[in-house]
Amino acid sequence: MFAEENGLKGDPRLQAISQAIRVVPHFPKQGIMFQDITTLLLDHKAFKDTVDIFVDRYRDMHISVVAGVEARGFLFGPSIALGIGAKFVPLRKPRKLPGEVISEKYSLEYGTDCLELHVGAVQPGERAIVIDDLVATGGTLSAAIRLLERSGAEVVECACVIGVPDVKGHCRLIGKPLYVLVEPREVDKCSRGSTCVNTKSFDCVSHQGWGG
Amino acid sequence: MSAYRDEDPRLHGIKTKIRVVPHFPKSGIMFQDITTLLLDPKAFKDTIDLFVERYKGKNISVVAGIEARGFIFGPPIALAIGAKFVPLRKPKKLPGKVISQEYILEYGRDCLEMHVGAVEAGERAIVVDDLIATGGTLCAAMDLLERVGAEVVECACVIELPELKGRERLNGKPLYVLVEYLEV
Repeated sequence: MFAEENGLKGDPRLQAISQAIRVVPHFPKQGIMFQDITTLLLDHKAFKDTVDIFVDRYRDMHISVVAGVEARGFLFGPSIALGIGAKFVPLRKPRKLPGEVISEKYSLEYGTDCLELHVGAVQPGERAIVIDDLVATGGTLSAAIRLLERSGAEVVECACVIGVPDVKGHCRLIGKPLYVLVEPREVDKCSRGSTCVNTKSFDCVSHQGWGG
Repeated sequence: MSAYRDEDPRLHGIKTKIRVVPHFPKSGIMFQDITTLLLDPKAFKDTIDLFVERYKGKNISVVAGIEARGFIFGPPIALAIGAKFVPLRKPKKLPGKVISQEYILEYGRDCLEMHVGAVEAGERAIVVDDLIATGGTLCAAMDLLERVGAEVVECACVIELPELKGRERLNGKPLYVLVEYLEV
């Protein structure tokens, strides 16, 4: 579900968060409008608001595990874990975690990938949330859920900064509730227009071709 | 300098939570595993607090973190001191225009990248990673920041392996670490 439909309707923080995310067309390949959260991390207030919204949601839900998907889930998960007093558990690509692991394969558009979790990081009965920057097909999140459930944890919810509007489809795919702050943006909607700060520092891709 | 010598009472808890995994990723390396530190909310919070106490109020506007374990410690520090967080990544991960810095590994080379425009000239920055070994990665990180005109105030790591002399490789830049690992 979107934050706006779940208690945060009209919350001005959400608009600022959405606007702080940069859209990079055709990355990593033609046709993909990449949602770049690195610009959100440059905006201290918007970044703090992002973390605060998740902390406010999960603080009183008796969550003891925040699992973050490498690598962009690492940018948000630890701060949320610290904010709610939970442990942070990294879910990593193969051969990165040094100790004994359990692995879960998942499908990509072409081929498969794999996510790993340290044995013993999560105890049976623990309540967990999974964090990533964005949910698209849900394949990575599904693998994350399976790893946590194999360890005996209860996955309470998956939380992402960005998610596509087809929320119902995702809930069915993953089987778990999904909480998302904002939708992906299209390139032609940089709302700051000619006063966009990005024209000074970044190649604001929203303005390429607009003469901004 | 290292907090270790100041004997802050929180340091013992932090050090005991770091797991040493022998012969990873290859024979002879005693890998310093910080994931076990992250499983202890108090010890993880103490780790962040020690860095925040050091850098708050020092006009640091940039916390740069090295992929991927620097992403775990850097953002909480940045949020607490009011700075932006800048990820320094392996090639082809950052989607926008980047600058790149090559560095030498034991066998071969690697490369670190930073988004153009993320850091402005004159900004005061710290670089964060979980561990300093030979210092090669931290040097590349500092080079990226200095190339865009930032001032690297200090490098900050949870762990130092002093026997690998990374501190000397930092060209006089200060290094702050919480714990040292010495092979007995």
